[in-house]
Amino acid sequence: MRAYEDWVREAETKGLKISEVVVQDQMEELELAEQMLFQRMRKNLKVMRESVAAGLNSESRSLSGLVGGDAAKVEGRRKNGESLVGELMSGVIARALAVAELNACMGKIVAAPTAGSCGILPAVLLTVEEARQVAEHDLLHALFTAAGLGMIIAERANVSGAEGGCQAEIGSAAAMAAAAAVELAGGTPRQTADAAAIAMKSMLGLVCDPVAGFVEVPCVKRNATGASIALVAAEMALSGVTSVIPIDEVIDAMGEIGKQMPCALKETAQGGLAMTPTGRRIQADFL
Amino acid sequence: MGKGNVFDLLGPIMVGPSSSHTAGAVRLGAMARKILGEEPVGGTIVLHGSFATTGKGHGTNLALVAGLLGMDPDDDRIPEAPKIARERGLNFAFETADLGDIHPNSVKFDILGRNGCRVQVLGSSIGGGTIVIREINDFQVEIRGDYPTLVILHQDLPGVVAQVTLLLATAQINIARMRVSREKRGAQALMVLETDQKIDEDVLGLMRKLPKIYQVLAIEPLE
Repeated sequence: MRAYEDWVREAETKGLKISEVVVQDQMEELELAEQMLFQRMRKNLKVMRESVAAGLNSESRSLSGLVGGDAAKVEGRRKNGESLVGELMSGVIARALAVAELNACMGKIVAAPTAGSCGILPAVLLTVEEARQVAEHDLLHALFTAAGLGMIIAERANVSGAEGGCQAEIGSAAAMAAAAAVELAGGTPRQTADAAAIAMKSMLGLVCDPVAGFVEVPCVKRNATGASIALVAAEMALSGVTSVIPIDEVIDAMGEIGKQMPCALKETAQGGLAMTPTGRRIQADFL
Repeated sequence: MGKGNVFDLLGPIMVGPSSSHTAGAVRLGAMARKILGEEPVGGTIVLHGSFATTGKGHGTNLALVAGLLGMDPDDDRIPEAPKIARERGLNFAFETADLGDIHPNSVKFDILGRNGCRVQVLGSSIGGGTIVIREINDFQVEIRGDYPTLVILHQDLPGVVAQVTLLLATAQINIARMRVSREKRGAQALMVLETDQKIDEDVLGLMRKLPKIYQVLAIEPLE
């Protein structure tokens, strides 16, 4: 089983970024030239950009009618300069809601790592891009860092709500986005590991309890909170705050917690928010 | 979950909301179309388990029809698939039923093709957009659509499997996975072979001329 720590050491020894280590690994794994890898990743980035733009301007409601239009509310307040939490944070909230809402409305997204958590990575990366004016090439690199960490999470634990609860989807996406944000902001390979560990630790134990089984409530809003946790974790790591528990051990803990989690709280809509009086009423109304 | 690659973690590019209930459903429809081997003009789609109970809110019905129309999971027209089907004069009816002890995200197609072919296909969406076809016309199979696949209806007699594998060996085609099942001894049997290489038309032509082979269907892998 691979460890993220091995990549951190390799990057440190060779003076590389995590993304460069991941790209080398994947050139061998997929038997593809570097250029081809970047071409495929560019397609993902393009769809991510389109999904943010489409979601921010959308007033559409989802198939069930439960979600839609919230990204525009947050974006409106941001544009009016009224945001309490500032440009950067309100930007990440609006973008994460935008993509997650678009997904619920049958728009086109990139699963990152899943459809239910598709808003976090584009929101964090495009918000950092806006704040720091980073180059497209660096954004693509950051996506490789995120996906590389995701591979380790999938290998050591899982990225499926049905298997590991929401911590495996939103938690993994937040960890991936935190690592990517650190690299994008000029942090060290070690700091990407700390940021990912801090983000994932903040999500441990989070259950998957979607109302009526739809990828809507609470999934859409958890994309926004997950994205903000990713930025908070990145800020700590960039400042030199370290995680006492190393990232690989945090991932293993997440996998174990997922196994211990009762089935009713793993995407079956038989517990948690889905079984509240309101959750039950919505389910009864819809089915 | 085993060792994957970066594009398993970032991707697929898909129309939401769910990789299993939407993207997987498109791929199940697309596989049913490939197995039918021609454009479907109508039929019945039976939803089981979670597909039956939460399918509506996930656009599963729309996605299954989109797949039958030949769309991929990232096609913007998926939400309009039933409308497009109606415009083309195609008619698919939905039912729900308990199909037994199978994966909760399962569907059974009974579809008719433009040239009169008819096939029954049972498949499941097993997570992250991955699918598996479990039954074709009541024969047990296991097709994931990740390799070029041969589905061969033949008579259950000694040597029939050997002549097929010999033909593939001669054409330098390697078999990745293989499964044989039969109705009963000596009766009709079904052979499913997943191969590393694409199988050319001339090899398929030779295979169709082999004795005791009734039908050969070559299925290209899904996108």
